[in-house]
Amino acid sequence: MTMRLFVPRDAAARAVGADRVATAIGTEAGRLGRAIEIVRTGSRGLFWLEPMIEVETAAGRIAFGPVAPSDVPTLFAGDFSAGHPLYLGHPEELSFLRRQTRITFARCGIIDPLSPSDYRAHGGGRGLERAKSLGAGKTIEEVTKSGLRGRGGAGFPTGIKWKTVADTPADRKYVVCNADEGDSGTYADRMIMEGDPFLLIEGMVIAGFAVGATKGYIYIRSEYPDAIRVMERAIVLAEVDGLLGAEAKFDIEVRVGAGAYVCGEETSLLDSLEGKRGQVRAKPPLPAHKGLFGKPTVVNNAISLATVPAILADGADGYAALGFGRSRGTMPIQLAGNVKHAGLFEAPFGLSLGELVDEIGGGTRNGRPIRAVQAGGPLGAYFPRALFDTPYDYEAYADRDGLIGHGGLVVFDDSVDMARQARFALEFCALESCGKCTPCRLGSVRGMETMDRIIRGERRAANLALIEDLCQTLKFGSLCALGGFTPYPVMSAIKHFPEDFNRPPIAAAAAD
Amino acid sequence: MSLIVETDYGTPASHSDEQVTLTIDGRAVTVPAGTSIMRAAAEAGVEIPKLCATDSLEAFGSCRLCLVEIAGRGGTPASCTTPVAADMVVATRTERLQQIRRGVMELYLSDHPTGSADGDLQETANAVGLGEVRYGHEGANHLLEAKDESNPYFVFDPAKCIVCSRCVRACDEVQNTFALTIQGRGFASKVAAGALGDDFLSSECVSCGACVQACPTDALIEKSVIEQGRPERSVVTTCAYCGVGCSFKAEMRGEELVRMVPYKGGMANHGHSCVKGRFAWGYANHRERILKPMMRESIDQPWREVSWDVAIERVATEFKRLQQQHGRLAIGGITSSRCTNEETYLVQKLVRGGFGNNNVDTCARVCHSPTGYGLKTTFGTSAGTQDFDSVEQSDVILVIGANPTDAHPVFASRMKKRLRQGARLIVIDPRRIDLVRTPHVKADHHLALRPGTNAAVLNALAHVIVTEGLADEEFVRRFCDRDAYDYWAAFVADPKNSPETVSVISGVPAEAIREAARLYAGGGNAAIYYGLGVTEHSQGTTAVMGLANLAMATGNIGRPGVGVNPLRGQNNVQGSCDMGSFPHELTGYRHISDDAMRGSFEALWGRKLDAEPGLRIPNMFDAAVEGTFKGLYVQGEDILQSDPDTKHVAAALAAMECVVVQDLFLNETANYAHVFLPGSTFLEKDGTFTNAERRINRVRKVMDPKNGMADWEITLAISKAMGFEMHYGHPSEVMDEIARLTPTFAGVSFDLIDRLGSVQWPCNEKAPEGTPVMHIGGFVRGKGNFMVTEYVATDERTGPRFPLLLTTGRILSQYNVGAQTRRTDNVVWHHEDVLEIHPHDAEQRGVREGDWVRLESRISGTTLRARITDRVAPGVVYTTFHHPETQANVVTTEYSDWATNCPEYKVTAVQVSPSNGPSDWQREYEQQARHSRRIAKVAAE
Repeated sequence: MTMRLFVPRDAAARAVGADRVATAIGTEAGRLGRAIEIVRTGSRGLFWLEPMIEVETAAGRIAFGPVAPSDVPTLFAGDFSAGHPLYLGHPEELSFLRRQTRITFARCGIIDPLSPSDYRAHGGGRGLERAKSLGAGKTIEEVTKSGLRGRGGAGFPTGIKWKTVADTPADRKYVVCNADEGDSGTYADRMIMEGDPFLLIEGMVIAGFAVGATKGYIYIRSEYPDAIRVMERAIVLAEVDGLLGAEAKFDIEVRVGAGAYVCGEETSLLDSLEGKRGQVRAKPPLPAHKGLFGKPTVVNNAISLATVPAILADGADGYAALGFGRSRGTMPIQLAGNVKHAGLFEAPFGLSLGELVDEIGGGTRNGRPIRAVQAGGPLGAYFPRALFDTPYDYEAYADRDGLIGHGGLVVFDDSVDMARQARFALEFCALESCGKCTPCRLGSVRGMETMDRIIRGERRAANLALIEDLCQTLKFGSLCALGGFTPYPVMSAIKHFPEDFNRPPIAAAAAD
Repeated sequence: MSLIVETDYGTPASHSDEQVTLTIDGRAVTVPAGTSIMRAAAEAGVEIPKLCATDSLEAFGSCRLCLVEIAGRGGTPASCTTPVAADMVVATRTERLQQIRRGVMELYLSDHPTGSADGDLQETANAVGLGEVRYGHEGANHLLEAKDESNPYFVFDPAKCIVCSRCVRACDEVQNTFALTIQGRGFASKVAAGALGDDFLSSECVSCGACVQACPTDALIEKSVIEQGRPERSVVTTCAYCGVGCSFKAEMRGEELVRMVPYKGGMANHGHSCVKGRFAWGYANHRERILKPMMRESIDQPWREVSWDVAIERVATEFKRLQQQHGRLAIGGITSSRCTNEETYLVQKLVRGGFGNNNVDTCARVCHSPTGYGLKTTFGTSAGTQDFDSVEQSDVILVIGANPTDAHPVFASRMKKRLRQGARLIVIDPRRIDLVRTPHVKADHHLALRPGTNAAVLNALAHVIVTEGLADEEFVRRFCDRDAYDYWAAFVADPKNSPETVSVISGVPAEAIREAARLYAGGGNAAIYYGLGVTEHSQGTTAVMGLANLAMATGNIGRPGVGVNPLRGQNNVQGSCDMGSFPHELTGYRHISDDAMRGSFEALWGRKLDAEPGLRIPNMFDAAVEGTFKGLYVQGEDILQSDPDTKHVAAALAAMECVVVQDLFLNETANYAHVFLPGSTFLEKDGTFTNAERRINRVRKVMDPKNGMADWEITLAISKAMGFEMHYGHPSEVMDEIARLTPTFAGVSFDLIDRLGSVQWPCNEKAPEGTPVMHIGGFVRGKGNFMVTEYVATDERTGPRFPLLLTTGRILSQYNVGAQTRRTDNVVWHHEDVLEIHPHDAEQRGVREGDWVRLESRISGTTLRARITDRVAPGVVYTTFHHPETQANVVTTEYSDWATNCPEYKVTAVQVSPSNGPSDWQREYEQQARHSRRIAKVAAE
């Protein structure tokens, strides 16, 4: 009997040797004359266990990991039995997965990403079917009712955005998927594109159907070559399958970014898509009124779109029943940085930060105490342990001058120098500024210079006051969130870790 | 008089019909929906600090100074990008806003030269109450970046640049050239012209000056301001270059002109300009300008400077002598399309009343005379039908025989803007003009016809419209002469006019003609814009009528967005024609033989006028060569360089006994003159110009005439000496007389123009504030008149000896014969005329890029350098006529329009062959010209 083996082709798994493991498996099977089938899947998102391979058994799939090529002969020799030191048991039973509520990532890591039949066999396509039976208006209502908010970071209600586009008369409308996932410590978009691309396609088709658009673009950052390749192939397969194309009245094109973080901001993304310099546009007009090529455009994050099919397939009520406060449903939280259990954890909103990093993340990888967690990417606030009771919720984070962003949590141990981190935030802003608005273009550089003075011990009180003024200018004066949110990491570092801004200059210099 | 500072509302006006009332800083203000808060505030008298916003550009929202607070809304939105809403309550000056503004200004000034904070920047810093710059000035900055001084007229200094993108956006949105960009990102963002490695001069920049005007600091500034200092006062006047008629503020410091800044209130240009009007005014002070009258006994003598009295006396004596010896008809005058309406009127009055004949003509003879005749015959008025604003409502634009981006650049920018908004474009031109394909604009159809086949192609377009049922029957029934239409429709429907037949004649594929016709007839509001590529043909008038037929047949006349629009070459071509400059017409295009009308002039002038039309310019030359025409007064036209068949013109001039040239410079014609009367520039006199849209604009005296007399005063002096004294204290009195005598000008006065800014004739009781669009609800002549436009091939044909067709045109930086522009720094863009030749024709002749080639027609030849380009089709060559060294008109022929004698400049059969350099004739001519221009060193009497 042919043995089915599952080896992730997710970039994170490949980065730690998944391809070599797959080759080793093929080679070993050939040597042994064993009939095997290797299915390359996405990742389940347990990165400390990658490459995590699975084998199909009568009792279900059994996982092993992390597997090195050198482990392969022993796996075959032991006939992939429980006795192997890398034996993990049924993956669903692993506590990291068992504690999750996988809605968006339900299929990720399980199916062959480029098999439409696998996709349908695992429940794919039901969302679109239901949308078609509901009709466009009801579909939007359903999305609104689910409470789904933009997963890119802004948290704007997806249904309302769709309704605005639907209500704006135009000869042509667009659906743009923002997959320019640039936040540090985030990878959910990449995982979904590499692991379940038809899901994203289905979400976009539903969006197009709901708002009356016939053309979609997926804007993927150039740093995601695997995701680009998978999405491009998936689009071709979807056209063959009929999910896309003339009959579906919807086409999708992949466009690749050119390395600018700011192109993850929706309006500069649109400029970039139009072939222009990626520069932020002033709002209004909203993209929903005047977006790509001046036409009403839905710009949604990949995860927002990938969550829509499940909402429609299983009903808005079930999704809305999950969550906390005004944050409904689940969020794929991405644990990164110095954390023991790095990976993607999809759960309803509401878990405290402490639960997330201490229990689920398991503390730091090197065992030192956690000193700070940066939530929401490079423009997110640093949370000290004192704030670890903060529930995972858009409003609760905002109340504490932080943000959820795209769901990234980056963990730092007690060796971190928060003054350097504050400087890094300004440096990042300077590096990534599109240069359009004054606060961001000039303020980021002046902030860096001022922070250097503080680190060097020059007129610290005056310079800290200047930084605070600058942060006010950035926050209220910037054109987009790049400049507008840079104060979050800076001010949170100063506020929660004042001691780091008052170190002897020598120590700071030595840290260079 | 002080410096005019126009109100900058920050963002463009909204044209919504819906009105919205809101409160800004406690003041209620009502504005059209879609207006920005910034503009609404400005209208309420609340000034919000701004640097990146200006009302000629769409809101951009980058400087972040104009932030406001809106009751009930979070955050601090930018007032430039936020539209008003009903009952909105806006605060513009809270402490929080002022703090953000100070923060932004502090950042600006931390990367700006200390002590030289300039213009709006310093004002804004003061306005927000910024004290010290706490960042210091030691940080990263742009202070040492190199200036770009490559453009002859302005400097870009990156140290003073605040990267507000106003220049870039002005280039995009106002000029529509897209030459500028922001290079780099973030702190490294930098204004750059062209691609990497380019500077302003090497880039696609057309030096229109829009960027300089838009710059809120001194980063982009005119070199003249740096050299002469900031201007102190301004006078609004009208540009003296092309027929667009842009309004400018002449900005002065003392008695010196510092710069010309386009005036936002100008109805033709709305604050835009081109390289000529904006910058090329240096000729007014050029060392070669003649400021003293001069005369000589014969043209081989050097000039002698004389007093005005002596010169005027000489003119009168000679003219009287010639009339005595050779008859009343032996002398004549040529009015100038460069001079004012009033001056033109006076010259024709001098000829008719003082010389006692009708030997007056104007340079329009050689450009738009077929327009006058063709449009009068079909519509009833010798003028374009629209105002320039009309183009904003066009859906289809047909450009034929015109090159707007070079010759009418300011209007071309507006046209490009409309095209970028989605209007469709048809170009009919033998040459691939820029509009055919330019950044962000592309013609839907380019019918690259063989020169000389306009009439045939227009008939083929009409054929498609008639035979495919695309005509607007309703329009024709209501407004046109039905019989004329039926007769014409039967004519164009004839298979000889089918695209298939015409494609053989014209070289344009039949399907392209069909597609273009369908687009013109069915694409919505369709407007025709044409130039000398239509008129300067043996069938120039036929083609003008053909255009009128197309517009009438498709109902594209009588409302905004449509029409038939001649693009006039010179500032006052329209006016010079209106003013009775033609030998057969008095003012307002009324035939001299009309006794009652002529009688009104006779009564007012106190002279009996000749009822017989006089000589046209080419007739004058012929008569001179024959010996019957002996004296000529030429005001402001270089007939030798600009009229066709230069050698014939030279022979005619040489045969005359008294040639009087009134000009700024010793032009080519002056080489054959006996008396030279120095002219005044447009800066030195009062008057009016009438542009291509019939708009009468004021020309205002900015400085005293350097030559001592304005041109109109010179004509008065000659007239007085001739015994026909005219009494005017000011040009406004001349206009009053024109208004009294001319029904279409009845309401025009300087007071009215000053009040309205400008006025488009007809202006009379029926239209007291003028007429932007003509023929609304019916044609001036009654019913629209379809004219049969049989195509007759020109006699000018290619053959074995002259196998190529030469056509001529203009280039952006130079103007006509170049008398002015060649005497400015514009020569950096075009210092010589070159011959454009297709690679195929060049290859056959062994001609390489830059080679000297001989250009020979059956008339004569000249030499110039070759430029190999596929802008011209195989078989066609092209050149400009800006430089006397080339004398392109040496080769042009005596053929002319059948109705008006407008020369056939646009079709000359030529041969091109490799050459060693300038021809013997060119060398001799140059020598003769130098010889003729000698001025005796003796002191004037």
